[in-house]
Amino acid sequence: MSHPSIVRGAVALACLLAGAQVGAQAPAENGEYEVPRTPYGHPDLQGFWTNASFTPVERPEALGEKAFYTDEELDQIIEQGVARGFEQTEPGTVADVHYDFSQFGLTRGQDGFVRNLRTSIIVDPPNGRIPPMTADGEARAAARAQARRENPQTDRVQNMGLATRCIIWGANPPLMPIGYNSNLQIVQSEDHVMILVEMMQDARVIPLDGRAPLPDEIRQWKGASRGYWDGDTLVITTANFTGDTAFRGASEHLVVTERLTRVSDDRILYQFPVDDPHTWVRPWSGEYPMEKTVGPIFESACHEHNYGVRNTLAGARAEEQRQREAAAQGR
Amino acid sequence: MTEGTTGARVAFAAIVACWICGTAAASDAYEPPRTPSGQPDFNGIWQAMNEANWGLEARDAAAGPVIELGAAYAEPPSLGYVAGGKIPYQEWALEQRDENYAKRLELDPEIKCYLPGVPRATYMPHPFQVIQSDEHIMLLYRYRSAVRTVYMKDHQPAPAPSWMGWSNGWFEGDTLVIETTGFNGLTWFDRAGNFHSENLRVIERFTHLSDDALRYEATIIDPQVFTRSWTISMPLYRRLEENAELLEFKCVPFVEDLIYGDLAKQEE
Repeated sequence: MSHPSIVRGAVALACLLAGAQVGAQAPAENGEYEVPRTPYGHPDLQGFWTNASFTPVERPEALGEKAFYTDEELDQIIEQGVARGFEQTEPGTVADVHYDFSQFGLTRGQDGFVRNLRTSIIVDPPNGRIPPMTADGEARAAARAQARRENPQTDRVQNMGLATRCIIWGANPPLMPIGYNSNLQIVQSEDHVMILVEMMQDARVIPLDGRAPLPDEIRQWKGASRGYWDGDTLVITTANFTGDTAFRGASEHLVVTERLTRVSDDRILYQFPVDDPHTWVRPWSGEYPMEKTVGPIFESACHEHNYGVRNTLAGARAEEQRQREAAAQGR
Repeated sequence: MTEGTTGARVAFAAIVACWICGTAAASDAYEPPRTPSGQPDFNGIWQAMNEANWGLEARDAAAGPVIELGAAYAEPPSLGYVAGGKIPYQEWALEQRDENYAKRLELDPEIKCYLPGVPRATYMPHPFQVIQSDEHIMLLYRYRSAVRTVYMKDHQPAPAPSWMGWSNGWFEGDTLVIETTGFNGLTWFDRAGNFHSENLRVIERFTHLSDDALRYEATIIDPQVFTRSWTISMPLYRRLEENAELLEFKCVPFVEDLIYGDLAKQEE
């Protein structure tokens, strides 16, 4: 598989074995850090970053309002997580046929991850969990669930998930850690920031020139982003999502605010308040650290090589044919 | 006044005169916009305004391949973009090209929303945006969200075959030169079936003609398919709309029925 995965993996494993992961410090960051600058004088966020993580989005309910693990607790979680990535799936099962990530250097233990003492990515509400849905949000969730039951994935490609169809995975804000290829590249010009997400190799272009929002009728999978510098923090507001993007069940009214602050040479603190009164009873917010990694970001020709969809549909049609023949013989 | 002082004055006058004439001469030469590090600045949204994606060689207007689309998808005429007129195909490859054209509805990667390859991405009927830093120049194409990272430092060989290749770049004077290798051989140059092998090497040259126009050249090197290297050239234009922005053109959902429709469950 990819060379950088192997390189990244070797680094991650070496660090793990040495018990010296980079950036093991608590989230309180050094206020004295002098942020490097681009030639345009802006804070320099450029380079290759990973947000791979063992931190769950929502905090396990049993932890209540415990927001941080101790180092020892985190060590144990990482050890278990790394080990899980290397477990062989059971031969002959769907899971085994589908993927064994460890063969390709794609587990977080191999590909690298960011050490984060937080018990959840969500930091507000204080219980670390997504707030309850509004009646509106619940009705949409129920309708989606019903549509999934009534329209099996194996019937037609449009019934499958957006990632399976190679439409979008990982690049719609807020940027969430994903299971593998959880890497990104940032390049800055005077009035634009580009964030290239490795999964499906999808680039976001964020204008910083104070331009007006897009008209309401323009709807995009990744929304439309507008950014500005708030001191040393890059603030990006994104709206104009499609209803089908449906981040965590959100509607097309979702507004995501992202705040990227370089807190050390190796880390960017990524914070993301989200608000959608059509979906949740209150706004909520998450944060996690991104960490310097090695490039490059590889091409992801997902759609071009999407044998999975063809094979899934072909398998389902073959099974239907087999059942028809069996029924005909039975008569 | 001493002789020495006079000599100095004459010399000074001569320097001033030369400085003035030098400025006059320099003002005749176009100066491209520059980044803080002094490199020509290619940031912006650009687009070809021509028929190159229909076919790189000179061609007459022709009916399109879909009767129902009539004049809307008919093929426009073009003077061509290839220096010397014809693409120097090997004999077998010319036959292959003609067959590709005959089967273009079935075989053209653009029909299926596949990544467009190089140089085709740059002259498709879609804009692309340049985001330029000293280390990386990003070429972000609207079509299929195709992305190229041009490595301006730390040049490396292509790590693996890919659709968009691996691009190393440098400046020659005020021209941005990009060498791209590591192709998988699955892309075409246009809708006319012009093609290449996985041994393709492309050298592109971007030069400012003005603040709002670039000269674009691409030299195609692929001894497996052509008898010699060949070069295309065309201008690229800045999208001058004040609100110009690279909108999403995620075309996968538009081709799913075309690609997978034959395998959808039939109503009983």
